[in-house]
Amino acid sequence: MITPSIKAPPLGTAIKPKVSGEDWIMRVVLIGIALYLLITMVFPLYAILSKSFQTDKGVFIGLDNYIKFFSTPALFWSIQNSFFVTIITCLIVVPVAFTFAYALTRSCMPFKSLFKGIALIPILMPSLLPAIALVYLFGAQGLIKGALLGHDLYGPIGIIIGESIYVFPHVLTIMLIAMSTADARLYEAAQVLGAGKIKTFFTVTLPGVRYGLVSAFFVCFTLVITDFGVPKVLGGKFNMLATDIYKQVVGRLDFEMGAVVGMVLLIPAVFAFFADRIAQRRQVALLSSRAVPYEPKPTPAFDMAMLTFCIVIGAIILAVLGTACFASFAKFWPYNLSFSLNHYDFDLMDGGSWDSFFNTLELAAWTAVIGTAAVFSGAYLVEKTKGFETGRGIMQFLCMIPMAVPGLVLGLAYIFFFNNPGNPFGILYHTMPILVICTITHFYTVAHLTAVTALKQMDPEFEAVSSSLKVPFYRTFFRVTVPVCLPAILDISMYLFVNAMTTVSAVVFLYSPDTALASVAMLNMDDAGDTAPAAAMGMLIVGTAAGVRLVHTILSRGLLRRTQAWRYR
Amino acid sequence: MTATTSSLYLKAEKLVKKFGNFTALNDVSLEIFESEFVCFLGPSGCGKTTLLRAIAGLDIQTTGTIEQAGKDISALPPSERDFGIVFQSYALFPNLTVHRNVAYGLENKGMLKPDIEARVMELLELVGLPDQGDKYSAQLSGGQQQRVALARALATSPGLLLLDEPLSALDAKVRSHLRHEIKALQHKIGITTIMVTHDQEEALTMADRIVVMNHGVIEQVGTPNEIYDHPASPFVADFIGTMNFLDGQTAGDNCVALGGVNMRVDGTQQADDSSEITVCIRPEDVATRGVDANSENAIEATVAELEFLGSVHRATLDINGDRALRFRADFSANLMRDHAIAQGKSVHVAFPPDRLHVFGDLTDKAGAP
Repeated sequence: MITPSIKAPPLGTAIKPKVSGEDWIMRVVLIGIALYLLITMVFPLYAILSKSFQTDKGVFIGLDNYIKFFSTPALFWSIQNSFFVTIITCLIVVPVAFTFAYALTRSCMPFKSLFKGIALIPILMPSLLPAIALVYLFGAQGLIKGALLGHDLYGPIGIIIGESIYVFPHVLTIMLIAMSTADARLYEAAQVLGAGKIKTFFTVTLPGVRYGLVSAFFVCFTLVITDFGVPKVLGGKFNMLATDIYKQVVGRLDFEMGAVVGMVLLIPAVFAFFADRIAQRRQVALLSSRAVPYEPKPTPAFDMAMLTFCIVIGAIILAVLGTACFASFAKFWPYNLSFSLNHYDFDLMDGGSWDSFFNTLELAAWTAVIGTAAVFSGAYLVEKTKGFETGRGIMQFLCMIPMAVPGLVLGLAYIFFFNNPGNPFGILYHTMPILVICTITHFYTVAHLTAVTALKQMDPEFEAVSSSLKVPFYRTFFRVTVPVCLPAILDISMYLFVNAMTTVSAVVFLYSPDTALASVAMLNMDDAGDTAPAAAMGMLIVGTAAGVRLVHTILSRGLLRRTQAWRYR
Repeated sequence: MTATTSSLYLKAEKLVKKFGNFTALNDVSLEIFESEFVCFLGPSGCGKTTLLRAIAGLDIQTTGTIEQAGKDISALPPSERDFGIVFQSYALFPNLTVHRNVAYGLENKGMLKPDIEARVMELLELVGLPDQGDKYSAQLSGGQQQRVALARALATSPGLLLLDEPLSALDAKVRSHLRHEIKALQHKIGITTIMVTHDQEEALTMADRIVVMNHGVIEQVGTPNEIYDHPASPFVADFIGTMNFLDGQTAGDNCVALGGVNMRVDGTQQADDSSEITVCIRPEDVATRGVDANSENAIEATVAELEFLGSVHRATLDINGDRALRFRADFSANLMRDHAIAQGKSVHVAFPPDRLHVFGDLTDKAGAP
């Protein structure tokens, strides 16, 4: 029997899909995370922007601060200096990282994983540490200062060397990803068509990684131009934008000029960010699901050359780490090199304390736990919420901004926003929570992209199936999505933990005597001339980060074995 | 057919679905009856999956209404509709065992554990996998995964089963086996079922009724026999099976002219003389045995090519050496021997009046030889 239907709307009118209770939950949480990013990023950025147009009394004066900036040679020359150092560093690091990645992916040299491990060590260091190690190698009392042929370490030379070591693993990671997507079929085709090795390199290899190269260049550019640690230690009288912000704010208490320099630094960072996004999108498009992975064949001479190259680069990185380690345990460099733990007695040092180390651990732990939960839920909702295109679009945009904002700019922006007497969030100022919030926001984008990549690999119909079975989305989220994405979730938490341990730039403006951090203590001890204790603190950070990473690897392997049994047949 | 005896279960009226400027469904209306097995058939991009997703509420239509069991569900989210669904990818939860996958929808209904247990076992037996409950989907073959997905979709006893290209990812042998199994299962539990497929063989063997779609509209709805024997449009004629398209002219009541020969056609409408039309016939419908110049609708043709298909030879034939009148016909192995048919030889064939289909002039005859 045909049951009479409930009154249907007249034909031809647009159907307005009913929003279910679950959809509302998703939207509310999505809006909540968007609000978080709005308050912790967009509002502070607005605060720093408006500050750059004001006097210290808060009176609007248009472009006067900018005019002052550009009419003070000591200030605007920093732009030229920053660009010079950054571009030279990129020109050194990108080819070196390319060759290193080439050796790891396209040769049959031995010990590949060992060299990869060594090359990635600098990721665990605050950028201050390679700089301090360079002081011990090439400084006034350096071991091999003659190697600089009488040139001064303090200035562009030292900064370029220090930055090169600091950014190397980041650039290498991008190159490795770009190279690992090689399609063996193209190489076979080239061979069958009679192309020689060199011709194949220029017609197959290089075009295959061209967007990876562009992306690597811009990531290198952003990291170097916004880095604060290396020029802080090795800058000397050579001014750069990043150190200028710090000097204006901490040294001269000229917050408005600090804001102006921050805005100036923001421009190349934003530009590099967009260039990188475009390059990355193209790189993804090159990937074909039917690609056959490339297997290198042994070529003794070539493999030998690659091995030699990797040994040289690996030795440089180990030398830097080894020097810092040695200096931290030497009684009195360079006169008494006997073993001593004196430099680890931080409580006796000016600007250092063991408390700062424990604060750093606390910060890293909170950042990893809260950050991972927020980032993964946010990414899930951006990917899976039905309808609500505007909200998702805004959220997607908000998630990408942090990558374009240099840490120093974010930290300074927090001062302006949270230290404003009229701001109800002001109670957070000078507390641990603001350090956690700032660090999560600072590193939000990369974590978000990792989560999105993992979520995109899941069958898009899981949600459709569970709604057809009347199972609410949050149940499927906890029972299926989270377990399946566990490897990515662990990676995100590790990424946030390590970065929270090593970061200096944003938090340098935000700590209080009670929440001093290890990386900041390093900076202050180095400032006060206690270089060896600074190196000791740096070693402690590297050691802890490496230890936590090891534990994380063991734990996640065990966890994966239990929860991911389905991965193995 | 079921269609005539059962009551109306699902009714879609004037569905339009737009994605930006692209119209994926254009004024689609359809009725589906209880316990019926309906296939949406068409080439990729024809709108069949869009229609299925609109019925499921996964991509709700822009305008138009859908009623299910007498209830207007046009705007409801999937969670408030009554259906089970199986996707081409199966979408089995990889971190849950087969058992937990099937139990997934039951656990949420607050059923008691022993009841869930019993129901899961019943379903696994129904799909023929009673002892695979502890495995993960990665440990199963494609065909087995398919059955688990089916069991999971049926677990909560929905009123409607939706199958989105469920067999496309399987190899040919498993596919034909599962075809029969799914059909038998559907018949046994009597659940109203809609299956989307681009495979005409699948649709012809499984469906009670087929909905042939193209470019976002329904070309024809009918039983497999109706669709095959009486295609309602040149598209259907071409899409289902093999069809010859020949240029002809009308020649009075129930008559057409083909290459200068007048032929009788059953049941054509009256048309002005000598207007251009297209005459269609399937290769297997061309009469080849015992035909001579005096047979009804006989025509003389020259063998241009011969293709060996096993039990039959498919010949390509020309009328008066005119390539526009080229058509294909099947010759049995016997006939080939008896008449010594070979390339270049002239033969008499006939077009039975009840086997000819006439369509208005086709400027675009996709797939015509």
